[in-house]
Amino acid sequence: MSDRTITRQELPSPRYEYGGDDWVFVELDEAMSFDANFKAQAMTQEIRRNSLEGLIEVAPSNASYLIQFDPGVLHPDELIEELRSLEDEIDVSDYQWEARVFDIPVFYDDPWTHETLMDFRERHQDPDSTDLEYSAEINGFDSVEAFIDHHAGAPHMVTMIGFVPGLPFCFQMVPRDEQIEVPKYEQPRTATPSRAIGFGGAFTAIYPVPGAGGYQLYGRTPVEVLDVDQELSAFEESMVLPNPGDILNFRRIDREEYDSIREAVEDGSYEYNYDRVDFEPQAFFEDPRGYNAKLLEVLE
Amino acid sequence: MRILDGGLVTTVQDTGRYGHYHIGMPPSGAMDQFAHKVGNWLVGNDESDATLEMTYMGADVEFEDDAVFAVTGADMEPSLENEPIPTWTAVRAEAGDTLSFEFATEGARTYLAVAGGIDIEPVMGSRSTYTLIGIGGHEGRSLEAGDELPTGEPAGDADAMVGTSIDEADRPDYSTNEINVVMGLCDYRLTDEGRQRFLDADWKVSDEADRVGYRFEGPDITDMFEEREQPFGAGTDVTNVVDLGYPVGSIQMAGQPIILMRDAVTGGGYATVGTVVSPDRGALSQCRTHSTVDFNAVDVEEALEIRRERDDRLERIQNSL
Repeated sequence: MSDRTITRQELPSPRYEYGGDDWVFVELDEAMSFDANFKAQAMTQEIRRNSLEGLIEVAPSNASYLIQFDPGVLHPDELIEELRSLEDEIDVSDYQWEARVFDIPVFYDDPWTHETLMDFRERHQDPDSTDLEYSAEINGFDSVEAFIDHHAGAPHMVTMIGFVPGLPFCFQMVPRDEQIEVPKYEQPRTATPSRAIGFGGAFTAIYPVPGAGGYQLYGRTPVEVLDVDQELSAFEESMVLPNPGDILNFRRIDREEYDSIREAVEDGSYEYNYDRVDFEPQAFFEDPRGYNAKLLEVLE
Repeated sequence: MRILDGGLVTTVQDTGRYGHYHIGMPPSGAMDQFAHKVGNWLVGNDESDATLEMTYMGADVEFEDDAVFAVTGADMEPSLENEPIPTWTAVRAEAGDTLSFEFATEGARTYLAVAGGIDIEPVMGSRSTYTLIGIGGHEGRSLEAGDELPTGEPAGDADAMVGTSIDEADRPDYSTNEINVVMGLCDYRLTDEGRQRFLDADWKVSDEADRVGYRFEGPDITDMFEEREQPFGAGTDVTNVVDLGYPVGSIQMAGQPIILMRDAVTGGGYATVGTVVSPDRGALSQCRTHSTVDFNAVDVEEALEIRRERDDRLERIQNSL
């Protein structure tokens, strides 16, 4: 399978939409793809670099991006004109950015998310199975074990941070036909444990804080993605761990390792295993498996 | 300033925390920015100084030092030492005086501005409380009996402001229920008939209406949507889209319409079909639970005009003080 590549997606013309008087929403594609997401990353980074007067928020999302501005300074149509001309200049094949690769230990099929998902069986598509059993089956895996191996078997790109502070949406760095896809719960849960690993649509999420949620639940990480008091060393610059464009590698761990990492996190001594890389979309598209292996070398 | 009773939900708020939407951080800040700013100006503060936002039932507050304050927003019949005091007016309190409130009769949110502002350490450039992750304001939470809030040194001569008031005509009418919306974002997912039914329906503000979002009760939304084969990554429900950013003020169709307010969830996978124009987000925050709201579609030029009118009115008020 080492000859597999990521098939490039031809993106339609972007849809520019007004969000009331002070937001512009730009949809690059209705479907998810690396092309759409890398374009959103590149556009938002370029918009920040150009520091147009009147900008308030610049936020990339999975296949789109969002800008808030002061219409007293910048007319939305002027902003859209500016975005159109940037649009023409950017080619994601030539684009690259500095990303951080993080080791994210995950205790799959853990007792806490298991208890939660059992409490909400009546809101699920298949009340007689667990979220892992259901997801494995509809994605054609023989077993939960094989499904977990796949989820932890290739790194995930952080394509968007949002919903709540620090929640990464992650898209696995594999060709389309190897992507997992699952529905969200039929009705969202009112409870989700913090640090739960969820999956909905084509995205893995890590829930930073307890709360509502509609994603299928697979496990729990002992490490934080949000540290409001910035006590852990990895949070020195920001209370949020990853940024859009960073890469997370989910590594399967057992209860014993979960407990020992958790202890270190709680006493503030935990050192995250991560390093910086220059991420090159073109190299990734051409040989995802080889490129992913190279990316993960920085964690060794 | 000492809190004797926190009321229903009372938080410290200001003009908001900006520039962090890309890490999922909503702006927070006063829901009714008009009332917040006018309150500050009435006591000689900068508009970005922190005030107390009280919801439905106000707090009881004891002034530990002499102070000049103003109460704006919804009328909760404020009284100082059991004597009724006027709203939208700068009032003097003496050390030891207690300010108390009743239930709001019209509108939902009241602002208490004190000369010098609530002086607490800003977090990411703002003193606004964001309770979900417990940042800003007083310990990141709603106020409770016993909390002590420091106030800053007034910038100018606050005493000179006492008795200053704004014209009746410039005070907002909190009984209005027309909310202007620019349709768009993902409204292509609605059928033409569905879009019309959405705009024609009477939408009732549900019990779930808070600083994060206002949920509405009304007709079934599912059959307002166009059936389609869902694009890759979106999820299976007709209202699902590939997770995207939600503008503050946008209407997400999550089972029922939910309008996102200043503690918004910043993104997710439900189709958004329009965005409330910015001044009307404040007006909506004064709409009471179980009241009925009428969405009026405007284009972006009309939305900009509504904003200009609001800005002109604020400028006129500021210049009159």
